[in-house]
Order: sequence, then structure tokens, then C-alpha cells
Amino acid sequence: MTHTPQPGSLAAQVLEAEREPFRGSKQTTLRGLIADGIFSKNPVFVLALSLCPAVAVTSEVTTALAMGLAVVFVLTFSNLCTSLLRRFIHPKVRLPAYIAIIATLVTMTQLLMSAYFPDLYQALGVYLALVVVFAIILARAEVFASKNSPLPAAVDGFGMGLGFLLALVVTAAVRELFGVGRLAGYPVFGADYPPILMIVLAPGGFITIGLLIALFRVVGQWRERRRAGPTTDVPAPAATGEVSHA
Amino acid sequence: MTSTPAAEPTPPAPVHDERRLYAALLTVAAAPHVRTRESIARIMWTVSATLAPAVAWAAWQFGLRALAQVAVCAGAAVACEAAIQKFRGVPITWRDGSAFLTGLLLALCIPVGMPLWMTALGAVFAIGIAKQPFGGLGHNIFNPAHAGRAFLLASFPVQMTTWTALTTQVDVVTSATPLGMLKEQGMPAVVATFGGPSGLYQSLFLGNVNGSLGEVSALLLLLGGLFLVWKRYIFWQGPVFYIGTVALLAWVLGGPGWFDGDPLFHVLSGGLVLGAFFMLTDMVTSPITAKGQVIFAVGAGLLVFLIRKFGGYPEGVCYSILLMNCFTPLIDRFVSPRTPKEAHA
Repeated sequence: MTHTPQPGSLAAQVLEAEREPFRGSKQTTLRGLIADGIFSKNPVFVLALSLCPAVAVTSEVTTALAMGLAVVFVLTFSNLCTSLLRRFIHPKVRLPAYIAIIATLVTMTQLLMSAYFPDLYQALGVYLALVVVFAIILARAEVFASKNSPLPAAVDGFGMGLGFLLALVVTAAVRELFGVGRLAGYPVFGADYPPILMIVLAPGGFITIGLLIALFRVVGQWRERRRAGPTTDVPAPAATGEVSHA
Repeated sequence: MTSTPAAEPTPPAPVHDERRLYAALLTVAAAPHVRTRESIARIMWTVSATLAPAVAWAAWQFGLRALAQVAVCAGAAVACEAAIQKFRGVPITWRDGSAFLTGLLLALCIPVGMPLWMTALGAVFAIGIAKQPFGGLGHNIFNPAHAGRAFLLASFPVQMTTWTALTTQVDVVTSATPLGMLKEQGMPAVVATFGGPSGLYQSLFLGNVNGSLGEVSALLLLLGGLFLVWKRYIFWQGPVFYIGTVALLAWVLGGPGWFDGDPLFHVLSGGLVLGAFFMLTDMVTSPITAKGQVIFAVGAGLLVFLIRKFGGYPEGVCYSILLMNCFTPLIDRFVSPRTPKEAHA
């Protein structure tokens, strides 16, 4: 890594690529990384990763919030640790190494939660331990944290965790509201609301997430059209350049 | 059904531009170039009409409540279809009657005492989840009406199994369906309730028993179904092998000993006749060949009997057809005619 590579060689191209702000992302700012995590790369609504836990814990807002916060914590610090250790982890053993990092953090979360919030710990059950194998956490370690410096890695983890948290809470709010007529345990539609069991059960979870994905896409397309709208009507001179077809 | 209408007859729509004119004149469908007066709308509305006698009989038995159920269900299905097609920006085709038929069939397989908003929700599920997201008519994997029923059964198990007794008896009491009685009290209790075997069969056949609207009269449903077979809208193989499989299994395994069961009771009770003629044979979700229909029907019949005899539910028609819907593409591939070259390979 100390010698200067020949101009135009593969090594030079790699170095050139390294000069981009972040590797593995098209964003150029830390704010952009967070926006990616919440909107354009939302773990649940866009990447469709970690759907099984997303269905399992979203029958109530409280458990969804707890799970989301746990994932924000684990994802931020697993990205940070992976990034700090990225020069020392041999590529051949990188996946076990990432899992070891994530498992350590998850164990910390479990111990903390069982000490301070035993009820929530009981409610989440096995799914808290399963955070170790959440696809989204391993994916961010592999795709982003292992290639970037600690600060952007941690910010990316935080943004992705936030996206996961928001997706979980929105899904849980819909399911709890229409499933049992409550929101975070408080009755909304009155006491005689007949529960719609299907929405509380797992199939209803998948259907709810599917409908929310559709809604997410519709809103995304609408925003894109609105952003693109004015530029097509009134082409900016800088964008069209010299050649004008008008 | 045997000659599936490839498309609606070319509409005499005003020609707006050259391209549409050429498209209308020059488009040739795949051979054979059989022309028929049938269309999707014609078939769907005819099937709906054949159900009218059964609906009328149910209204006579249960009162106007039954008609309200049918109206709400069909209305919700049609409105949902139109709303989603409007939203998707595709042609709005509620006039073809497929959504109406779905709503009608759904209303026929739920208890008459269901709160109307639940009925409407079931219809919205049938169209909005089981049909339109897959691409609309012709693309849905599962029978929409039965998907709606499965949704209602999973969501409101209490209301879906509370049977309001016939109005010809006391005001409003709840009572068990014959199949529910069989599950909980055994066959002797069922026979005793109806005063002997002949009274039981007569009640089941003519429709003096309790159940959802479409479980009431086997006779009227049978007549409607035979009309559909005569019109060749459905294969005869589907209903015959479906009912036959259930009857055979009920005879062999249904009783306390071997070959001791009561096939007639199993055939006439529950939603078997409705399912056999109107749901199993759905053009979209069942195999397209006669041979495929036989495999489909035998599998579904097996499932019906397994659920009725060993399962947790008294009736298994809905789940049997939904489960076999999963296998339709596989069956179609299995029975598709092969060219001689492929056969030798």
C-alpha cells in the first residue's frame, strides 16, 4: 500500500475510486446516508430484508418500538466496530468476524433489556436474540462498513436502523389500530371494537407490509414526478446545454 | 369453458386514429379462428343468473336479511374493483360481471347473520387483496370468493360460525349446521334431529337446513350447475370427480367401521354442491384441460374429506379449493399435450 501505482493501472483505479466520498453508496454527504436509510434504501419497505422479525414483532407498537431501538443500537455500533477493524479482518474470515461483533452487541442489548425492561424482554422473546442474524445488519457490515471510515459507517448504521425502526412502528401502528382497535395499548375505537384476527396474525403482517410497500412506492413516485415536473416544463439552460430541441 | 373466448368480440367503437383501425383490422389471434358469441361478460352474468334461484330460496328461508347480505357483498366487490382499476389507470371493467359474481359467491358461503360491514370487508379483501394485486381477472392465483371467506373465517371466527336459525322456526336463535353437529355430537344425533334418515336427506336436498346461504338448497344449486355444464361453461369432470371422491371416501372411511359411512349426507350437506359447480370450476384458478380438472377435483375432494373427518373445522370445501388452486399451474404443466418430438425425448 506504500508504493505509488502506475497511472492507469488497476491499483490506480482502485485508489481513484477510494477518493469518492463513500464506497458502496451514491450519496456524498452524511445527511444523504441517513436519508438513504430511511427512504430510498429503507430496509423493510425497499430492500425487503429482515421481513420475518418485521412481521413477528409488529402486532403491537410497543414491541415494535423496542425492537427498532435495539436494532438502531446494534446496527450503529456493529457498523462502527466493523469499520474500525476493517484493516485487521482477513477477507476469508470476514463473515464469522462480523457475526461475532454483532453477537456481542446483541448480547449486551439482551442483558440491558432483561435488567431494565423485563416485560419488553419477555414480549420480544426469541426475536431479540435473532437480531444476530438479521440480514440488514450483516448486509450493512459487508456492503458499507467494511469499506468506509468509522464516522460514515456509524452514520450509515444509524440511518438504516432509523429506517428499520420507522418501518416497524408504522407497520405495527396499522396492525394494532385495525387489528385490535388500540394504539400502543390505548383503546382508540372504543371497547366494543371486534378484533380482526387476521391482521394480528402473521399473514396479516405480510399483507400489511405489502400494502405499505405499495404505498411507499406510490408516494416515492409522486415525489419524483413532482421534482421532475417543473424541469421538463421549463428546461433549465444549464441542463440542456447548447443543443436545444425546443 | 371448452372454447375459452379469446377476447370480447371486436367492439364497434369509433375509430379514433389510423393505428387503432389497423389494429382492429389486422390483428389475428392464434388458431383455431373460432368465432363465438360468448364473452367474459356473458359468461359471468349467466353464471350469476343461474345462482338466482338459490338466492331467492335463501331469501325465502332467511328473510330479507339474506338479500341485504348479497347486495352489500356484491356492491362492495364491484365498487372495490372499479376503485382499484381507476387507481391503477387500467380500463374499468366492473361491467364484465366477474367482481359481481365474486361478491355473490362470497355472500353465498358465509352465515346470514354476519354484520354487514364484515361482509363488505370480506368482499374488499377478495377483490383488493386476492384479485387485483395479482393483475386482475385472469391473473389471480386463488379463487377470490374463497379467499375472502378464508379471510373472514380467520378474522372473525365467532361470527363466521354463528348460524342464525331459519326464520320459519322461532324468531332468532342460533343453531348448529348439520356438519357442525356431526363434528360435535356424532351421526346418530344428526339423524335424530331430522327424524330419521329419509327426513334428513329430504331436508338437505330441498334446503330446510341451517347453514350459509349457499349451503341451504342442494337441489337448486344442482340445477344451476347442470345448466352450466349444458352450456359448456364448465367441465363435467370437475364437479363429478370432486363429489365422487368425497362420496367414495365418506362411504369407505366415514362410518364407525369400513364401508359403513353415509356418502349421501356428506355430499348434500355443507357447501359441497356450491363449491363443486361454482367455485372449483372457476375458469381462472382451475386447470384448463379436462384431464387437469380430474386431478384437481380428486385432490380437492380428498382434502374436503380429510378436513371434515380429521381436521379442526366442520367444513373443508373452501380450504380444499384454495389449497388445490396452488397446484393449478403444476397440474397444467403436467397434463399439457406434448409434441411427438418431446414425447420421444
